[in-house]
Amino acid sequence: MTKTITDVICPFCGTLCDDVEVVVSDDGKKLLEVANACVIGTEKFLHSQSADRVTKPRLRQADGSWKDISYDEAADYTAKMLAGAKKPLMYGWSSTNCEAQSVGNEIAEIAKACCDNTAAVCHGTTLIAVQDIGLPTCTLGEVKNRADRVIFWGCNPAHAHPRHMSRYSIFPRGFFTGKGQMSRKLVVVDPRCTDTSKMADVHLQIEQGRDYELLNALRVALKGEWLPDSVAGIPAEKIREVADILKSGRFGIIFFGMGVTQSLSKNHNIDEAIALTKDLNEYTKYSIMPMRGHYNVTGSGEVFAWQFGFPYSVDLTRGFARYNPGDSSSIDLLTRGEVDAMFTIGSDPGAHFPISAVKGIAKVDSVCIDPHLTPTSGVSKLHVPVAFNGVECGGNCYRMDNVPIDCRKVVEPPEGMLTDEQFLVMVRDRLRKLKGAA
Amino acid sequence: MAKTISVNLISGRTIQQGVAIESGKEKPSYRTACGIIEMDKADLKALGAWKNTNVKVTSDYGSVVVKAVEATQGPHPGVAFIPMGPWANSIVNPNTYSTGMPTFKGTPVTVEVAIDEPVLLGIELVQKQCGVMVG
Repeated sequence: MTKTITDVICPFCGTLCDDVEVVVSDDGKKLLEVANACVIGTEKFLHSQSADRVTKPRLRQADGSWKDISYDEAADYTAKMLAGAKKPLMYGWSSTNCEAQSVGNEIAEIAKACCDNTAAVCHGTTLIAVQDIGLPTCTLGEVKNRADRVIFWGCNPAHAHPRHMSRYSIFPRGFFTGKGQMSRKLVVVDPRCTDTSKMADVHLQIEQGRDYELLNALRVALKGEWLPDSVAGIPAEKIREVADILKSGRFGIIFFGMGVTQSLSKNHNIDEAIALTKDLNEYTKYSIMPMRGHYNVTGSGEVFAWQFGFPYSVDLTRGFARYNPGDSSSIDLLTRGEVDAMFTIGSDPGAHFPISAVKGIAKVDSVCIDPHLTPTSGVSKLHVPVAFNGVECGGNCYRMDNVPIDCRKVVEPPEGMLTDEQFLVMVRDRLRKLKGAA
Repeated sequence: MAKTISVNLISGRTIQQGVAIESGKEKPSYRTACGIIEMDKADLKALGAWKNTNVKVTSDYGSVVVKAVEATQGPHPGVAFIPMGPWANSIVNPNTYSTGMPTFKGTPVTVEVAIDEPVLLGIELVQKQCGVMVG
């Protein structure tokens, strides 16, 4: 007989869907089917069951081949590497739980490391903007129940957060949005005609990289002031039409993504988006929310913030926390060649950092803690496979709207495999001894 | 003389990219999902390339061989799209301008036909560029 487990949390994106169902074998060792999850979430659950999975830590030999080693030997190697390094970088954290992140922060403190999460390549600039001017935000529940104006700016949830629209932002029938999609006006701003924009009432096909100008023009249009004939490739009449749509709602939400955070004006784009939200609150109620990518990147920012005071780009090399993006941020540290040991967990900088930064990883001693084979494990000296968080172990995670949700364990990991947290505790205890820390 | 065209490169997530990273970045399916450049019909015509031709994309920061496909979320003439991954990251602008964030969107690139050059697998591409010895 098989067992069906309901209300499972999906550990893929920041939407953190909590209605997934999985079917497991009677002994709880095999995951057989997944229901309700999107195609990416389903793949994540099912891939944990693949026969070709690496289950033992592997150390790269002088000839480039891998040698299987024990978790004890892997923890020894990691602790020694961190103890001996002058400026180790501990990066990732977004695909693991808050408990593991917290142990990681203890390690970082003892090792006097730089620590950073994947906000470095997604919403880091958002965090800078929030520190500049604040963030009038809400929960996804409020969006579902109240939002009748939804703006997706520089994001494509149809591809990146596949169930966001059906669970929260467009289709659901909420308390004040009883007609579902019919209750809402959808505006999409994107230089491409994305699958999200195809559903929109209005698509503004902006010139790439001109987000600041268009956000600013919308603020001007709200006030009814003069506009040039066209801004960022959008005619002035269209901008005024959208400004009227935004103003006329009862509750609006601006979701924004990599289109604004990674384009040239970066944090200034978001400054302006937040300022637009503030201006719209002169007329009606508006909120703004970043579309966070990894399922627990938000949690990593929270854990960093409550333990070190800063949400990413933390430098502990002087024995206290400093925060200076551009100086203490991973990509800059790696590109400048300042890092002498690289510790990666719950992310894949090898695939998602510019190649000049990845070369910085390949040059130094490095450990990659990841259940998958990745470009990062491909350039690291030690690869430590671990249990899939959210599938083979539970733990606390934060949804993109800062709501904490406990992930659940649904299936046993392969025999002998450790979780992130268990391995980190082994490293922490060894490092304490090596450093003579209390 | 082979034709070369200039376009503005952006990168980002696709659902195929999401599925491929979760099903294994060592597999050819990752290359199929991300070792591509989505180009507008007009740009493919200007390049003189058939759909599904291998092309070499070059920026100030490097070059990479990917397969040119017709835009799936177009039209977007003048803008080309490589899904996020090692292929895009071989050529994006790594400058963070003191924000910590590389400029993943808006890198000027040139595209030329490279019909005889192979598109490497994801891990292989990174290892090759980093000079990692593989046993």
